[in-house]
Amino acid sequence: MTAAPGTRTIGSVAILLVFSAITALPILGIVLLSLQPPDAMVSGFKWPDRLHFGNYARAFEAAHFGSYLISSLIVSSAVVAGTVVVSTLAGYAFGTMRFAGQNFLFYLLLAGLVIPFEAVIVPLYVELRAARLTNTWWSVILPFIGVNAAFGTFWMRAYFRTVPRELIEAASLDGAGSLRILWRVLLPGARPALLTLVVLVFMWSWNEFLLPLVMLSREDLRTAPLGLAFFSGRYTTDLVGMAAAAVMVALPVVALFIATHRRFVHGLWAGAVKQ
Amino acid sequence: MSAGGRQVVPYLYVLPAFLFFAPFVLVPFAHTLGLSFHDWDGLTQAAFVGFYNYREALGSELVRSAFAHALVLIVFFGALPVLLALPLAVSSARAKVRGGNALRTLIILPQAISTVVVGVSWGWILALDGPINAGLRAIGLDVAAIDWLGSFTWALPSLGMIGAWTLLGLCVALFFAGLQQIPASLYDAAAVDGAGRWREFLAVTLPGLAGPLAVALTVTVISALRAFDLVFVTTRGGPGTETVVPGLLIYRRAFEDGQLGSAAAIAVLLSVVVFAAAWLINRIADRRAT
Repeated sequence: MTAAPGTRTIGSVAILLVFSAITALPILGIVLLSLQPPDAMVSGFKWPDRLHFGNYARAFEAAHFGSYLISSLIVSSAVVAGTVVVSTLAGYAFGTMRFAGQNFLFYLLLAGLVIPFEAVIVPLYVELRAARLTNTWWSVILPFIGVNAAFGTFWMRAYFRTVPRELIEAASLDGAGSLRILWRVLLPGARPALLTLVVLVFMWSWNEFLLPLVMLSREDLRTAPLGLAFFSGRYTTDLVGMAAAAVMVALPVVALFIATHRRFVHGLWAGAVKQ
Repeated sequence: MSAGGRQVVPYLYVLPAFLFFAPFVLVPFAHTLGLSFHDWDGLTQAAFVGFYNYREALGSELVRSAFAHALVLIVFFGALPVLLALPLAVSSARAKVRGGNALRTLIILPQAISTVVVGVSWGWILALDGPINAGLRAIGLDVAAIDWLGSFTWALPSLGMIGAWTLLGLCVALFFAGLQQIPASLYDAAAVDGAGRWREFLAVTLPGLAGPLAVALTVTVISALRAFDLVFVTTRGGPGTETVVPGLLIYRRAFEDGQLGSAAAIAVLLSVVVFAAAWLINRIADRRAT
């Protein structure tokens, strides 16, 4: 693969270890902090006297993170479901069919990949307020499907373009309609591409901050990152509780990411190359 | 099915995506453009003011400094991770370290963590009595122990380092995957030509990584220009106005000061910078790609 396969240089290992440590230490620091006694004022890395998992129960119940996590789960699941459906349908058309205005429509979507969210948030708020949708989950779910539909369509189009044309033509000669071809012939092979899309969109919508910050002012609707931002603003003295909350907010996505990372990174790169 | 009927089918497939994309992205973006030419508090009648919001924004010290801060963040979010990730990916691909995959997964992990979590966590790490300063004091550097995010000199570079921390692993992963795709024959040819490691890097590795480099730079530069989340949960633009970024000004003017037209003008300016950066990076990469 490279010029000198099999050579192990101590230098490479050392570099990799140094950067792994730089990545791991802050994460470890927060996890350790979250397990200290509730009123501890910790200023460095310290192993707790015993593991105080009660901090998590406290954040979950007393600080309402249970409710915030459920909000995030509802919003992210709805965004993933919507994005996957509309992106698969649109990616199928862009990737396998020819129609007038195809390029124009596709470039319009591509522009959506780089439009910063800050550039749409002001009118979006005004319009959703007029439609009486602010302070509902729809005000976060619907715009976020719109944003992710751009990337999702782009992503699924890249996959559908790799499918051999003969496969589609053969199914078509057998009398299968376009929806049947998509469902029976193409989707079974699309699972890796779909999995990467699901992970990415779930991660992005779980972690999104600006949209829920603007749309949701009711405390009981807050998503997990929003809840954490307000919690850290109000209870800056409760360091341990804040750390426990931070770990809880990050954990679902980190776990999903670790479970799927191999395909995820590969898929990410495959998509990037086709760009 | 008639020929006319067949023509309708592709549009039916594309329609659902546009039913979300048009009203929640395209139309609001067009409205932002229109709004930027108006003076509006969000409630009463809007008044057309021509280019006033743009003149005000471009003439404002605060807006100019926000964009200048964004440029500083580009260096930290973009240039720093890319420059660190290149040797990291090349050397770890060459050495085939056992456990290398696990370590690279660890390094990319910050990408999966919410910016709010990252900001809140680093807020503690960089605090006056946080671990960084505890470490400095432990080695006798008490004078160097400062409130990093509260310092006029160090707040912006500190935010930059946090960004670099979150983006390094993504760059490593992109480059590492890209390296696997460079044909071994190119390296053999370079070896036959007697190329040293440096020449081999310039002649084979770097051109082979043009695609991943463009993706890495696009993603990191856009994150730097959109650093709203991180700033909002750490410094809120302070101390003074040292860490104000365009996204924060848009948020404040629209949702705190009731100056929606002014916010829209800054949003348009930010979009122009983002479009220009994305276009420039990908154009350079296209030209360099073999």
